[in-house]
Amino acid sequence: MFDNALFIGFPYAAVTISIAVTIYRFFFDPYSVSSQSSQFLENRKLFFGSVPWHYGLITILLGHLTALLFSRLWGLFTANQTRLYVLEITGLALALMATVGLVILFYRRMADARSQAVTSELDWILLVVLFLQVGLGFWVAYYYRWGSDWYLHTAVPWLVSLLKFQPDITYVTALPFWVKFHFLNGFTIAFLLPFTRLVHLLVYPLSYLWREHQVVIWNKARH
Amino acid sequence: MDIRAHVSMVFHLDKCIGCHTCSIACKNIWTDRKGTEYMWWNNVETKPGTGYPTQWEDQEKYKGGWEKKNEELKLKLHSKLGGLGNIFYNPYLPTIDDYYEPWTYDYENLFNAPEGDDQPTARAISMITGKPMDSIEAGPNWDDDLGGSPLYARNDVNLDELTDDEREQLNELERVVFFYLPRICNHCLNPGCVAACPAGAIYKRGEDGIVLLSQEKCRAWRMCISGCPYKKTYFNWASGKSEKCILCYPRLESGQPPACFHSCVGRIRYLGVLLYDADQIEKCASVPDHELVAAQRNMIQDPFDPEVIAAAKKNGISDAMITSAQNSPVYKFVKKWQIALPLHPDFRTLPMLYYVPPMLPVLAKTKDGNYDVDGLEKEGLPAMLSSLEKARMPIKYMASMFSAGNVQEVEDVYRKLIAVRIFKRAQKVKDYQQADVDAALSQGKTTAEEVEAIFRLTALPTYEERFVVPPLGREVAVEAWEVPLDHKREAGFGVRNKIAKRKF
Ligand code: SF4
Ligand code: SF4
Repeated sequence: MFDNALFIGFPYAAVTISIAVTIYRFFFDPYSVSSQSSQFLENRKLFFGSVPWHYGLITILLGHLTALLFSRLWGLFTANQTRLYVLEITGLALALMATVGLVILFYRRMADARSQAVTSELDWILLVVLFLQVGLGFWVAYYYRWGSDWYLHTAVPWLVSLLKFQPDITYVTALPFWVKFHFLNGFTIAFLLPFTRLVHLLVYPLSYLWREHQVVIWNKARH
Repeated sequence: MDIRAHVSMVFHLDKCIGCHTCSIACKNIWTDRKGTEYMWWNNVETKPGTGYPTQWEDQEKYKGGWEKKNEELKLKLHSKLGGLGNIFYNPYLPTIDDYYEPWTYDYENLFNAPEGDDQPTARAISMITGKPMDSIEAGPNWDDDLGGSPLYARNDVNLDELTDDEREQLNELERVVFFYLPRICNHCLNPGCVAACPAGAIYKRGEDGIVLLSQEKCRAWRMCISGCPYKKTYFNWASGKSEKCILCYPRLESGQPPACFHSCVGRIRYLGVLLYDADQIEKCASVPDHELVAAQRNMIQDPFDPEVIAAAKKNGISDAMITSAQNSPVYKFVKKWQIALPLHPDFRTLPMLYYVPPMLPVLAKTKDGNYDVDGLEKEGLPAMLSSLEKARMPIKYMASMFSAGNVQEVEDVYRKLIAVRIFKRAQKVKDYQQADVDAALSQGKTTAEEVEAIFRLTALPTYEERFVVPPLGREVAVEAWEVPLDHKREAGFGVRNKIAKRKF
């Protein structure tokens, strides 16, 4: 029962609220959608924190997503031991990179008075939750090896079952505590996303690539 | 031909007295909010000097504007892909220290301090952190009137063109020279800020060319701040949005000139419409450096030419707008008389704010305590104004600022301005021979009528002659479909509120 609440109720609730609030925010309060960059106030520590954090994390997240979307191909890929080794080591290195980056960002927010001036309570909560998530990820990757393989047979089918609205938690209930914590904390982040500056990841400006350099807006329609 | 209208500006630098009234007018209206304390959408800097933010003209440092690479026009800041890659950390972003840390004073301490042996003081308090500041290291106009020139004036990048000798001479007491440079957003035709913004939040209004930054679309990617070579977009660190000069469009739309124009004590500012050919923008921004000024002038079209008028009408430009362009003082200064030049055309953003370069620091050089008039005979100029070649402020410096290094362009302007002076002096003081006047006119490639007209618009213009505000009328037009009182009710209650109420 408790497991049901944790692995069915919580994910659905988190994602539903997340989507609803995101939609609300984009339509009714677009002004509030911003990455709230603080680079203008503090530049140096940001470089050593933000760059490894973002690049490390994005690569890892894309890895998670690819494995979820193309699980068969991913399975074929990890079937070879050398490839699995390479994948695991890369993953660990990236996780380390992201963690170090985040620690620096954490330190920056604490030590730098100017950064503090633009840090809200929600920012602190977000920092803690994110730190937990990468820390747990790193921990899991290190102590419960070959995650890139067993992920396919545990979390992936569970997530797919959730997506299909036929939830089946037997895939995950028997997993170690830290692994489950990592999953649930992930949904906590999904929940927090629309309430925090994290929304900026939804507006990553890819369209810049195909947009014309110059933007002209006419008040009246032109013929 | 794709004719468009553009609200454009001329600043006559000989008239600027460096009073900063313009900056204060702007600050009081637009940038007195949290996060904007350090912003001066209008600022006035002393030249030579490093300006605001420090050394903004140095594009090796800030990567603003465009450059020509293999015959192609490229943003100096980034390629589109590179821009997306640098989004987590923009390596060329100026930080608050390149401007200054805004502060106030702890005045209360003057009243509340406990009795003691010393006078209480009001310490400086940072407006960012709220903590006391030990020392104030920079402020707006830190190098005003050449204050601290060994640190500031000497590092002006426009001095790079000069020889060591020439630079040294500028520090001699007898030769010290400076002038004021008021700056606002240039509302460029090929703006670097717009091109650099990954979110597409900055745009040019088609009807009048005003460049605006949508507060709703801005996501704090902060590329515009680097992309603008004039550093005229600013980051509001409190709201997490960039902001910039809006040319007081709410005032323009109700028929008033922008606040900095309206309040200008020296009456140096002119505003009016230019018609230009939008088809030429790219070509014009790509010509070699020394042709930039001419190309930009070429792009501006004659509002009296029937062909231009027909093309303008075809593009939906109203008769009233065309009349406004015909009366535009900017058209006269920039195109008809050709005595106003763009600031740093070498940045290739095609700025639509033009400057009449100042004469005073250029002329009137002294030698042994007397005005140096040697060599004037050779140039055929009467002995009042010293030789342009021996100018106190080397012409090369002016050319570096106003014509991408093309000395000829600047000289042409000065010859004409000198002709105006000599012509008027001959008329009023009557200490010149007609031959002198004729020589000056021919050197200035001008005529008596033109010189008279330049004099009138420079020295005696009325309010209506300085500001020919085009009939944008959006503020009034809105009454056709909205009840004005409803409209009014929505103003001034904060952005969020308004959006929540918006019908869509
Ligand atoms: S001067 Fe104004 S329009 Fe031109 S690039 Fe800068 S901010 Fe943009
Ligand atoms: S108000 Fe006019 S005269 Fe005074 S500093 Fe500004 S531009 Fe110059």
